[in-house]
Amino acid sequence: MNTTIGTMPEYLTRYFENNNLIGPASLKQIRKDALARFEVLGIPTTKHEEWKYTNLAPLTRSEFHPALYHTLSKDVVVNDLIAGKEVILLVFENGRLNKELSSFDNLPKGITVGELGDNFDHPAVVKNLAKHASFENEAMVALNTAHIFDGAFIHVAENVHCEKPIHLLYISGGEENTLAFPRNLMVAEKNSSAKVIESFHSRGNESSFINIVTEVVLEENANVEWSKIQLENSNTFHISHTECTQAANSNFDIHTITFGGKIVRNNLHIVLDGKNITSNLNGLYVSNGDSLVDNHTLVDHAMPNCLSNELYKGVLDGKSKGVFNGKIFVRKDAQKTNAYQSNKNILMSDEASMNAKPQLEIFADDVKCSHGATTGQLDKEALFYLRSRGIGEEAARAFLTIAFADDVLNRISNETLRDELKNRINERLNKSN
Amino acid sequence: MSDTKIIDDVTQSEYKYGFVSDIESDNAPKGLNEGIVRFISAKKNEPEWLLEWRLKAFRHWLTMTEPTWPNVHYPVIDFQDIIYYSAPKQKIVLNSLDEVDPEIRATFDKLGISLEEQKRLTGVAVDAVIDSVSVKTTFRGALAELGIIFCSFSEAVHDHPELIKKYLGSVVPTTDNFYAALNSAVFSDGSFCYIPKGVRCPMELSTYFRINSAGTGQFERTLIIADESAFVSYLEGCSAPMRDENQLHAAVVEIYAHKDSQVKYSTVQNWYPGDKNGKGGIYNFVTKRGICAGDNSKISWTQVETGSSITWKYPSVILKGDNSVGEFYSVAVTNNYQQADTGTKMIHLGRNTKSTIVSKGISGGHSQNSYRGLVRISPKAENARNYSQCDSLLLGDKCGAHTFPYLEVNNKSATVEHEATTSKVGEDQIFYCNQRGISNEDAVGLIVNGYCKEVFNQLPMEFAVEAQKLLAVSLEGSVG
Repeated sequence: MNTTIGTMPEYLTRYFENNNLIGPASLKQIRKDALARFEVLGIPTTKHEEWKYTNLAPLTRSEFHPALYHTLSKDVVVNDLIAGKEVILLVFENGRLNKELSSFDNLPKGITVGELGDNFDHPAVVKNLAKHASFENEAMVALNTAHIFDGAFIHVAENVHCEKPIHLLYISGGEENTLAFPRNLMVAEKNSSAKVIESFHSRGNESSFINIVTEVVLEENANVEWSKIQLENSNTFHISHTECTQAANSNFDIHTITFGGKIVRNNLHIVLDGKNITSNLNGLYVSNGDSLVDNHTLVDHAMPNCLSNELYKGVLDGKSKGVFNGKIFVRKDAQKTNAYQSNKNILMSDEASMNAKPQLEIFADDVKCSHGATTGQLDKEALFYLRSRGIGEEAARAFLTIAFADDVLNRISNETLRDELKNRINERLNKSN
Repeated sequence: MSDTKIIDDVTQSEYKYGFVSDIESDNAPKGLNEGIVRFISAKKNEPEWLLEWRLKAFRHWLTMTEPTWPNVHYPVIDFQDIIYYSAPKQKIVLNSLDEVDPEIRATFDKLGISLEEQKRLTGVAVDAVIDSVSVKTTFRGALAELGIIFCSFSEAVHDHPELIKKYLGSVVPTTDNFYAALNSAVFSDGSFCYIPKGVRCPMELSTYFRINSAGTGQFERTLIIADESAFVSYLEGCSAPMRDENQLHAAVVEIYAHKDSQVKYSTVQNWYPGDKNGKGGIYNFVTKRGICAGDNSKISWTQVETGSSITWKYPSVILKGDNSVGEFYSVAVTNNYQQADTGTKMIHLGRNTKSTIVSKGISGGHSQNSYRGLVRISPKAENARNYSQCDSLLLGDKCGAHTFPYLEVNNKSATVEHEATTSKVGEDQIFYCNQRGISNEDAVGLIVNGYCKEVFNQLPMEFAVEAQKLLAVSLEGSVG
């Protein structure tokens, strides 16, 4: 099937040569292969089944460039410390690490946090980098892989528990049309645990394009909570791919919270490659204006006795569009699998729309799998109840919407982050009402 | 192991409709070109406009490529290796039932469809189509008194050209999809049904399709029109002989429902599914679509799919009129190496439109069973309501069950709900039955029948009985 856009924007691959000077030979080859693959695949169009509802044409209308200089000052960043100040902090300005603003010194033994480019010879990087997120059929992963350099590397050694949250803070803007290809790798060894917050912000109203790929590897008994918080402006193109590979008895919680962006596409693939694994996927998107938020999740049950639980909720206002495509894949050997998926959406305005495609592909017989998807409005009876008790319509609506969203936010264990997000939702809803 | 034995029993249960009738038939040469299209049209004595219509479809078909998106796998079909027209040879025009070829009558007797008027008691009017040609329509007279037209498609072309001209292709245009275009070019016969204003059809109308000749494809076209405030319940059944080769069945069904009318379309599809190694069987690639054109109209599809080596169809409803209702009830059973990719589309255009989807998939053996459905709420469909439920039951560890729903909501006042579950027949459920002296086989039958009940309840009486029997044959004693 022909799924490429007629002409490939040439600028997207212009930075390849420069970038590919750094790193071991094997990595250079991977970058080269990825670029070749991207040139074959091209930017996906809506003819591509996985991009049916997400048209990337606006992205190809302007040219984006990597920003060259760091101009951020510390006081700007303070507002964006949504998980508090007591964190291991990496600040990425337009995709590139700003060491002055970051604080990742004096880490406890067994914990490595730093720039990916500084760690190419780390055994965990050699073993895992670009080994999990396949670019064979994912053009945007290929594009990112061709530019692997910037990004975070997190390593938690065996039996180590990282107490402090690790905050990866991305800020774009400062100039028009910035481009970034961050690449993150996290490896949590046996019996380790960590909490990571990945947050995305904009400085002004400038347009930017971020193409990010994150690989998370959980070894046996590892426990990781990952929060991906997207707070960018309405001119941001955010294309992300998160690939998580879990080994036996591990636990992975991921929260994907999206507040804005022009086109936001989050791919989330989780491979449950061991027994007794638990994966919790939570998502919330609150959008208005003409933004498009597209969440694609794939939960791949490869082994028996695992549990996955997925809850995605959306509140769509203005002319915004929501897309949810969730797939549960249960392989032949994955007997005794329990997999649940739920997607609930509220349309707040006449022009908002929602496209949901929950899918089950099941090859094992002894399983319990279910999915549900609903799109509707706020419960009229609940509204009436509140109004009959003297609460104005606007307030009542905000009340119910916040309660709807809290269902997802309450699953975030970090209290500071949770409260901060709740405040922002409050503000947002009160503003739009 | 008793389980394996039981599953083997199932996989070895014979397809009992797989006989070949020795009826002389009149075939077109193999292959497809403009000549064949003209040949079919000439055979049917068709007017010029219909030939033009066919040729237009054929030319468009040439520009199309075969779709590959469904979740089914089969070797590439050689469209030049198919006989596009095959008719039972008849020497004279039939005046009464006695003149029907006794072999043909025997065939239908074997299928349990008697053409005898004594069948009047069952109150079913039958239009039987063997290979490509309609053989006999019963109860014509009684229906004509009410103004109901129920006849073969070719007769309708001659007797009611104005209706055919107006409605043919109005729901499924010739350019709709690859197989619809192919059908439009080469369709040989089918059923036509028109219910005039305010008439409630007093009996069930039924078409029986039978592929008999080897190497043929069957391309029939059904057109049902319910005028204002009319009601009709329509049944369709099908079967085919056992053969090692795959045969193509690419039909088109169009339903046009005017204001306040109601059409209920029920299918029990029992084409030859191939043997236990997946050899042979029918490729059932069918386009079925109805349009609720007028306000308050209703179209309801009920299907029980047990046959075909590959089933690929999505009976759809376009809900154009305000307050119109679309329903889809389906049981799809796959066994051995059967593959099914089936579901529905509900396109909500009018206000206060409602749709209900209940789909039950049962897969056993090495089969793959997919539900694929689309619910689209257009921006103008105020207060549209949809409820979908898709359940899958797995009866073995080598089969697959898949669900691919698409929900597109463009209006905030709409309420769309979708639910799906996948599970196997619970050990605890079987144990409960065993405890009460019910054998494994009966227990599974009981549970599966209960599971399908929501759909069977929608079927007309005779069909419900047949469907239950079919299900029993297909699943005899399979314990997951």
